[in-house]
Amino acid sequence: MNLCGMSAHALRDGIAARRFSAEDVVRAFLDRIAAHDGRVHAFLEVHDTEAIAEARRLDEEIARGSEPGPLAGIPIAVKDNICVRGRGTSCASRILSGYAPPYDATVIEKLRAAGAVVLGKTNMDEFAMGSSTENSGFGATRNPWSLEHVPGGSSGGSAAAVALGLAPVALGSDTGGSVRQPGAFCGVAAMKPTYGTVSRRGLIAFASSLDQIGPLGRDVQDCLNLYNVLCGPDPRDATSAPGGHEVPEGALLQGVRGLRVGVPWDWLGEGLHADVEAALGRSVEALRQAGALVGEVSLLDPSYAIAAYYIIATAEASANLARYDGVRYGASARGAEDPAGLYTGTRSEGFGAEVRRRIVLGTYVLSAGYYDAYYLRAQKARRLIRDDFERAFAMADVLLLPTAPTPAFRIGEKTGDPLAMYLSDIFTVPLNLYAGCGINVPAGLSADELPIGMQLLAPRFGEAALFRAAQCLESRLGTLGLAPEPAET
Amino acid sequence: MAITRDDVRHTAALARLALSPEEESAFLLELNKILGYVEKIRELDLAGIEPMTHGHAGTGSLRDDAALDGLSQEEALRGAPETDEGHFVVPQVVRPEE
Amino acid sequence: MGAPHESAARGYEPVIGLEVHCQLLTRSKIFCSCSTAFGAPPNSQVCPVCLGHPGVLPVLNRRAVELAVVLGLALGSKIREVSVFARKNYFYPDLPKGYQISQYDLPLCDGGSLQIGTGDARRTIGITRLHLEEDAGKMKHAEDGSGRSLVDLNRCGVPLIEIVTEPDLRTPEEAHDFLERLKQLVQYIGVCDGNMEGGSLRCDANVSVRPRGSEALGTKTEIKNLNSFRNVQRALEHEIRRQIAVLESAGRVEGATLLWDATRDRLQVMRTKEEAHDYRYFPEPDLLPLVLAEEWIAAIRGMVPELPEARRARFVREYALPEYDAGVLTATRELAGFYEAAARRSGDAKLASNWVMTELLGAVKGDTERLRNLPLTPERLGDLLALITSGAISGKIAKAVFEEMAVSGGEPGAIIEACGLSQIVDPDAIRALIAEVLAANAPQVVDYLAGHERVLPHFIGQVMKASRGRANPELTNRLLREALEARRE
Ligand SMILES: [Mg+2]
Ligand SMILES: [Zn+2]
Repeated sequence: MNLCGMSAHALRDGIAARRFSAEDVVRAFLDRIAAHDGRVHAFLEVHDTEAIAEARRLDEEIARGSEPGPLAGIPIAVKDNICVRGRGTSCASRILSGYAPPYDATVIEKLRAAGAVVLGKTNMDEFAMGSSTENSGFGATRNPWSLEHVPGGSSGGSAAAVALGLAPVALGSDTGGSVRQPGAFCGVAAMKPTYGTVSRRGLIAFASSLDQIGPLGRDVQDCLNLYNVLCGPDPRDATSAPGGHEVPEGALLQGVRGLRVGVPWDWLGEGLHADVEAALGRSVEALRQAGALVGEVSLLDPSYAIAAYYIIATAEASANLARYDGVRYGASARGAEDPAGLYTGTRSEGFGAEVRRRIVLGTYVLSAGYYDAYYLRAQKARRLIRDDFERAFAMADVLLLPTAPTPAFRIGEKTGDPLAMYLSDIFTVPLNLYAGCGINVPAGLSADELPIGMQLLAPRFGEAALFRAAQCLESRLGTLGLAPEPAET
Repeated sequence: MAITRDDVRHTAALARLALSPEEESAFLLELNKILGYVEKIRELDLAGIEPMTHGHAGTGSLRDDAALDGLSQEEALRGAPETDEGHFVVPQVVRPEE
Repeated sequence: MGAPHESAARGYEPVIGLEVHCQLLTRSKIFCSCSTAFGAPPNSQVCPVCLGHPGVLPVLNRRAVELAVVLGLALGSKIREVSVFARKNYFYPDLPKGYQISQYDLPLCDGGSLQIGTGDARRTIGITRLHLEEDAGKMKHAEDGSGRSLVDLNRCGVPLIEIVTEPDLRTPEEAHDFLERLKQLVQYIGVCDGNMEGGSLRCDANVSVRPRGSEALGTKTEIKNLNSFRNVQRALEHEIRRQIAVLESAGRVEGATLLWDATRDRLQVMRTKEEAHDYRYFPEPDLLPLVLAEEWIAAIRGMVPELPEARRARFVREYALPEYDAGVLTATRELAGFYEAAARRSGDAKLASNWVMTELLGAVKGDTERLRNLPLTPERLGDLLALITSGAISGKIAKAVFEEMAVSGGEPGAIIEACGLSQIVDPDAIRALIAEVLAANAPQVVDYLAGHERVLPHFIGQVMKASRGRANPELTNRLLREALEARRE
């Protein structure tokens, strides 16, 4: 029995029926990580001892007949920007090397309460700033489908881990597409919940008004189950939304008959890879055959969203990253003559180039004389974009479009051109400004055997319709299964 | 509205970042390219539009005024690179005329 | 001395505005649950939130909002229904996040005023705004000469309200008076303990001078680090003198931030206008706007106690007290409350006023803070005064009883009983004493009977002495005349 190829819900059922133990499951994944992670570098840290101990504890509980939680015994990989008490949590940044948070993120508390077992922390673009996981302070992650390609980012480690069967499910975070885009590049289901439904407490902030933790899994149902565990109001996050947004599993069986699906054809002109375009065509056809009403919607040119996003996100980041000063934790450039020297030394050595670039950009757009021209204008544009989405969602229940214009690009292909890298998120960024929900669903392989992802978007708290449409696409297009085991290099 | 080398240097200093001359040149080029792209938002008619600051509307939750135990001094200082008698340590803040 | 007199003589008028930071009396910090108690070991009242750890989020303390609104209402400010928190960005070792959460363009309260001076010299000083913000930590230099500073973050996150005045103050004395009045007010309404030396009231001052009669404002300088009322006055005197000297030598005053060095009694330049901060304020994305529903404001209105001004007027009206008495009695909330309770209990408001102003204030040496620890309750004082009114004891005895009550807090009847201090009102007992006195003073009796009435007080004194002060004076007087007249027959 290949436990590592099974979905989380199948593993859960097997553990509950005692066909295998939680410890069997955890050990199987730990073994697979040991065998394969060296080549993709999905993990920054593996918590083998704690994971096995936790699995044993769960097995004992199950043996005593206590009701196992909804994720009892399910191993989960956690993006390294989510705090796990007492374990390294670095955001893949050298400035946080050695940092061990004194608390668990709210999502980690929820996962533990549901019986999930944290396997380890996954690689990412430093402070979630990037679209390829090449900006890690600890080495890039590779795409398990092709080691010469990027896994996407910034949650590239989580997506690669799930694709390669190093973990059945994972957590990522999505500020401008950082869950959905690596989901597309690695061929896994990957969801960004509505802003406010999942607590951000313990998610190390990149851009506070845009960040949202999201689940990754090999099928839509795993994403749904994980989403249901993660969501809910948190009194310790003042931006968390009131509760009641769980989606019953039964929603997946409802089908899409009568569901209005809008495709923003205006966005899909030149630059769209032919294989992606073909996959979009197949997806439209699949939904139509299932009874959905597919039509066209018009949306504001997404380049405006990119423009607003890179102002707002970097402005917020410039303040969020000011706390890394070498005084209380993390790396520290000792021996300076004054505090300014300590800060400048620590930050210049500790942050990678992309992070520094974004801090400078964010500082600039907020600085005296430029606030109105950039930041304020971007905030206004953001409302325009939100209103535009709301208008579109008055006519459509969900929107369908590719997650990225192309399949995964080559390692190094865009590292010399930050703007080209930013533009690879052109289909995902607008949703974060609007603060709605979205999901990547695998839609087959390109001619080069690279995954292609389709994206469904839904209005704020529209998760039920989102999962219904996603389930329909998945059942008609099929999941990709595990990525091929990487050959020795 | 192009960003100048002085702007880059000044802004980096505001953010407590030091850039090497080569980095300064690279940042100048890249930031101008990015800002050039970002200029697009000037095309939008934003007259009369309220800025949108938060991911969602509504009011934030408040907490009750109850004091709870936080971290012990030992836990608070655990990750600090340098401590002294229960304090974090920084190089001396230079006061004027001292 | 006094710069204002000099400046008046030279034809210059100072223009002064104050910024006062006032620590709110909450149990916990403004954005986390750490205690605000004073005097704990360094860094022992901290948590991940106020230490600025990665991933933490602020959650606003409801009580801090209420206390701030109470002060706003007491100052007659307009309470903003929707106010917004903002990040004020700067690096300093006492500021762990690299930004202070404060309020900027949409503060909690706008406008308001406070009266200073008395009688004809009464003036209304305008309040520009009130806003909520978090305090920073504390720094000190290491004693070992190692050139290091030590950082204690216990105070970091303590709730502050910042009060900004209009530039309405004209002399250092007025600034001093304003602070005294403000201190009295914040203590009176229970939002702050008003302890300036202990740091719970802190003040910065802006000052400029202009030729008398001129409407235009001169260039102002900002003085920081004013930690006592005396220092505020001293520093302003120095700075006004300096600015006038600059103007008289045909120079120009440069905008600057100055630091008051109390030990050396002088001002130092902290930074000039050219190096002014660029705080890059922007709305705090981790906190949604603070919305004060009408019902909440109404409920807070109910928490505002009667203000000193109104109470003084009511004391004059309701208790028929002289203006002076009412002013003394309403100087602090403790004293006014004590007086009012004692007056009601005694049934004689004027008598109560005399006793509170002389005996009670004497017992606490004029410091009404000590009333809290005084064993004597206002009710018992009222009971004592009622005994005077009813003639049960003389005023002289009452003073002795009061002294005992102030130490033991005992009940007046019991003290009188125990010490045998009750007044003798039994006519037979007094007649017996009179008989003794007359027998022992035969020559004076002869004098009296010869028409020398002036010896009467001598007899009364003797009777009082024999009764150890307990004989009722009026009764003694009447019975003595009766006894003497009886001797004529
Ligand atoms: Mg302030
Ligand atoms: Zn705290």
